[in-house]
Amino acid sequence: MTSVLFRGLQIRPLCIYPFSLLTKKAGVLYCTSNNLHTQSVTTQDKPKSQSKVVARNHNKTLDKLLTDYEAIIGIETHVQLSTVTKAFCGCDYNYGSEPNTNICPVCMGLPGALPVLNSKVIECAVKLGLALNCKLSLNSKFDRKQYFYPDLPKGYQISQFDIPIATSGYIDLDLPLEYGGGHRKFGITRVHMEEDAGKLLHTDGGSHSQVDLNRAGVPLLEIVSEPDMRSGIEAAEYGAELQRLVRYLGVSNGNMQEGSLRCDVNISVRPRGQAEFGTKVEIKNLNSFSAISRAIDYEITRQVQLHNQGLGDQIVQETRLWEDGAQKTVTMRKKEGLADYRYFPEPDLPEVTLTKEYIEDIRGSLPEIPELKRRRYEQMGLSMQDVLFLANDVHVAEFFDATLSKGADMKLAANWIMGDVAAYMKNEKVSINEIKLTPDELAELIDSIKTGTISGKIGKEILFELIAKGGTVKGLIKEKNLVQITNPAEIEQMIDKVLSENPKQVEQYRGGKTKLQGFFAGQVMKESKGKANPGVLNKILLEKLNAKS
Amino acid sequence: MLTTVHHHQRVLLLHRSPHFILSPKPLHSFTPKCLFSSSIASKPLTQPPTTNLPTSQILSIHHSLLTRQLTAVEIAESYLTRLRIAEPKLRSFLHIADEESILRQAEEVDRKIERNEEVGLLGGVLVGVKDNICTSDMPSTAGSKILDGYRPPFDATAVKKVKELGGIIVGKTNLDEFGMGSTTEGSAFQVTANPWDESCVPGGSSGGSAAAVSARQCVVSLGSDTGGSVRQPASFCGVVGLKPTYGRVSRYGLVAYASSLDAIGCFGTSVADAGILLQAISGHDRFDSTSSMREVPEFISKFTASNILESRPLQGLRVGIIRETLEDGVDANVVSSICEAASHLEDLGCSVTEVSLPSFSLGLPAYYVLASSESSSNLSRYDGVRYGNQVTADELTNLYGESRARGFGPEVKRRILMGTYALSAGYYDAYYKRAQQVRTVVRKSFKAALDENDILISPAAPSAAYKIGEKKNDPLAMYAGDIMTVNVNLAGLPALVLPCGFSEAGPANLPVGLQMIGAAFDEEKLLRIGHVFEQTLKGHSFVPPIVPAGFGS
Repeated sequence: MTSVLFRGLQIRPLCIYPFSLLTKKAGVLYCTSNNLHTQSVTTQDKPKSQSKVVARNHNKTLDKLLTDYEAIIGIETHVQLSTVTKAFCGCDYNYGSEPNTNICPVCMGLPGALPVLNSKVIECAVKLGLALNCKLSLNSKFDRKQYFYPDLPKGYQISQFDIPIATSGYIDLDLPLEYGGGHRKFGITRVHMEEDAGKLLHTDGGSHSQVDLNRAGVPLLEIVSEPDMRSGIEAAEYGAELQRLVRYLGVSNGNMQEGSLRCDVNISVRPRGQAEFGTKVEIKNLNSFSAISRAIDYEITRQVQLHNQGLGDQIVQETRLWEDGAQKTVTMRKKEGLADYRYFPEPDLPEVTLTKEYIEDIRGSLPEIPELKRRRYEQMGLSMQDVLFLANDVHVAEFFDATLSKGADMKLAANWIMGDVAAYMKNEKVSINEIKLTPDELAELIDSIKTGTISGKIGKEILFELIAKGGTVKGLIKEKNLVQITNPAEIEQMIDKVLSENPKQVEQYRGGKTKLQGFFAGQVMKESKGKANPGVLNKILLEKLNAKS
Repeated sequence: MLTTVHHHQRVLLLHRSPHFILSPKPLHSFTPKCLFSSSIASKPLTQPPTTNLPTSQILSIHHSLLTRQLTAVEIAESYLTRLRIAEPKLRSFLHIADEESILRQAEEVDRKIERNEEVGLLGGVLVGVKDNICTSDMPSTAGSKILDGYRPPFDATAVKKVKELGGIIVGKTNLDEFGMGSTTEGSAFQVTANPWDESCVPGGSSGGSAAAVSARQCVVSLGSDTGGSVRQPASFCGVVGLKPTYGRVSRYGLVAYASSLDAIGCFGTSVADAGILLQAISGHDRFDSTSSMREVPEFISKFTASNILESRPLQGLRVGIIRETLEDGVDANVVSSICEAASHLEDLGCSVTEVSLPSFSLGLPAYYVLASSESSSNLSRYDGVRYGNQVTADELTNLYGESRARGFGPEVKRRILMGTYALSAGYYDAYYKRAQQVRTVVRKSFKAALDENDILISPAAPSAAYKIGEKKNDPLAMYAGDIMTVNVNLAGLPALVLPCGFSEAGPANLPVGLQMIGAAFDEEKLLRIGHVFEQTLKGHSFVPPIVPAGFGS
């Protein structure tokens, strides 16, 4: 069935990017334009810290501008669900597959083919709806959203229009401390289910375009926020929190680079104190959270400056593209009035009916969502910095929780994970699931240090071995004979040896150069191969050094 | 208004006929003399002297195969011969399967019989399939230039089921483009002629399927019925047409016209054949989520003789005759045929009363709004990008515009325009939404009438077949002809059309069809009543003159 060949669209190069035709399909835009693609590639390697600095400098000007003006920001997010099969057929979807290898008559829109809803899509929608504190519609339905584009095989997208599956929710998040911190609650207008479109591939010569329908029919949840955000950072953090949430829930991989999570931003500015909103501009092609933040800051600046110059009427309702290379937004198309999608109820699918039991079952199976995790960590006494770090990645949080469940000291577990474990993951570019260290062993390691079986220094050495090669703490201690020396007599013997081997330094110390204590401690530690208990060592060392003065 | 005349003698007369006993169970214990008064194929057996009552061709074929009286190859050849002779006059088929392939399939059936392997009830039965139903081994154009040469990579579920029971797909039958029309004049390729009078239309949109069965070019055929497209051509061609309950038969593989109204239906020369074909294609399909989970009852058991042997086999059944279907605008000949049919039902023991469906006339405009709206959406996929005819153009909009301008015919364009308009912002409430409200009213009024009655009856069309070209340029007149049938689609109910008489208006006698409407998923009752009606209707033969003498049924 997949052998049906796709013909190229024979259209002239000038018309490869017929933006006027793109009006209807927001989500695939950045995939359909070559020049945009190359631009984002060239800037991909920019170090992140640099962009932060840019953002901060920018923010100073911005802060000034925002004393008189206020930005109103709302976001539409499309999340691709990681269900095994597509929304309405049995095809699987694997990002990066050869074009048109995951297709069938249904997702190709062949005559006579009919959609059959994958019930996992509803499950994902209910999960996200509950996690976003939404009201769920016990009876919702699918509708057809109609427009023509070659990546849309049926000529309509199966979506939800007037009765979305979830409405009126909110999301809680904590802003990062480097941006001043603080808790935010943003409203969620609605969550609805729909299907993704395919992709257009443009040939090098630009003489024709080809259609890849692998992505056609992949389930999406569209999440529409209330216009509650006021800055680029808030908007970016809203996106990041949604990403965190879908990952916690396991409904999507939330990967922005692969297009599994796509954000379109609506933004307007108005003079402070004015009740009505300013003219709204939509920004697309936002491929990272920092792009969201920077695009919004750019757009606020642009709009406020136009206001300040008395050119407020030049702000028109339009769709603008974020150009990552130039770090600015440019006009993509002006709105020619509201598009008429001629929605009507999808007659090929029965209505979606949720029972209270079904919803309660799912509610009962929901994992701890990021907000609850952060509040719990906070209550446990962790600092906000630690809370945000640990709860950021669901796997890290799970690792941390598992470590604690083995009885590890909370603060020490946090420090180890955020310190050496995180550093290793960063250097090796691996996730916490890919390292060999288990929460059990981390707990054991922490315990061994706490009870004095090994020193902190030895602990660190073992940790890297555990991360890279695995094994158990007990096994390594035994194998390498690393048990800490706490016997004062044994340590005294080593101190005596060091003192006798360094008479000159002893003399200097006693002559008042007490800083040399560190030198002696180091020598003794070396003598013990790092196993001497530092407390005992220092106590005896001081006694010895000070005794004969 | 209905005269009650009891014709007990009619029923008694029938007892002499050897072949009203149609389907004794099990089929293997069938006695040949019950069936073989009608000849299959080119070797005519003895004709019964006194009657022309239709018999089940399917059961006859099945029986003669199992008793080794005929081979599947012989049967196939005889149909193919007739098909070839009639086809230049009728043009029922858009595509005829390769003869070798048909005979190969027939040989396979014969081999199975030789090896005493089980043969499905449709083994060796030649089945015509409307060209808007997908077949993997033949083109499926839906009568449209935009799908000229298109071959689907899959069989429709109904076709798959027919094949599984041994049915042989003989070809793809002509239709009005995408099912939009009532005459086959809307086909992009050809106009089919009525086997009763070649200057007349066969009805539509399933005109090819109806004509092919009427002319015995095939045994049975599949059609589709969105607003009457099975029932009206059945009436025009004098065959049995069965539109099942919405959801009874999977729509998977049926090229969508109006998804909420479309139903695959069956044509046969007897109620039994239509019922057997329905049995074959019914049931839930995981590829169509609007197909019903309901159990499919054993329809075939309804075609037994026992109930006909009684003097009043339909005693106690309540039949409602829909008053609005016999009012102004309906041919007098049609009205009188239906009244005769009603009195025949009374003879059989039914109590016939008049019922009024005040919403009846609202059904037509509501139907055209809903069907056009859905079609404007369903036909969006024909954009020239993936399949069908693509017009090379400089710009994407032109590619779409030109491909669709050249690919669609005028009636299809008219309905896409109407539907697009009805769904547009600002008009949706006035048209689409209002039509849905009418649909609810229609459904409720049918429900109420069927709570009081076992079945409802009406003509299948306001007139018998009319001349080719007569209404071609008057779409409104054409639409008005659907008044009898569209309400049934709006309500999703099953309906059976069977020939009940002739219109003597023109020079040639043209058949008139009686429509029986049942409650949702009660095809069983329709088939039982229809079968008794058919087997006791005296004095009419519904074999058109084009069928060579010697082939009766």
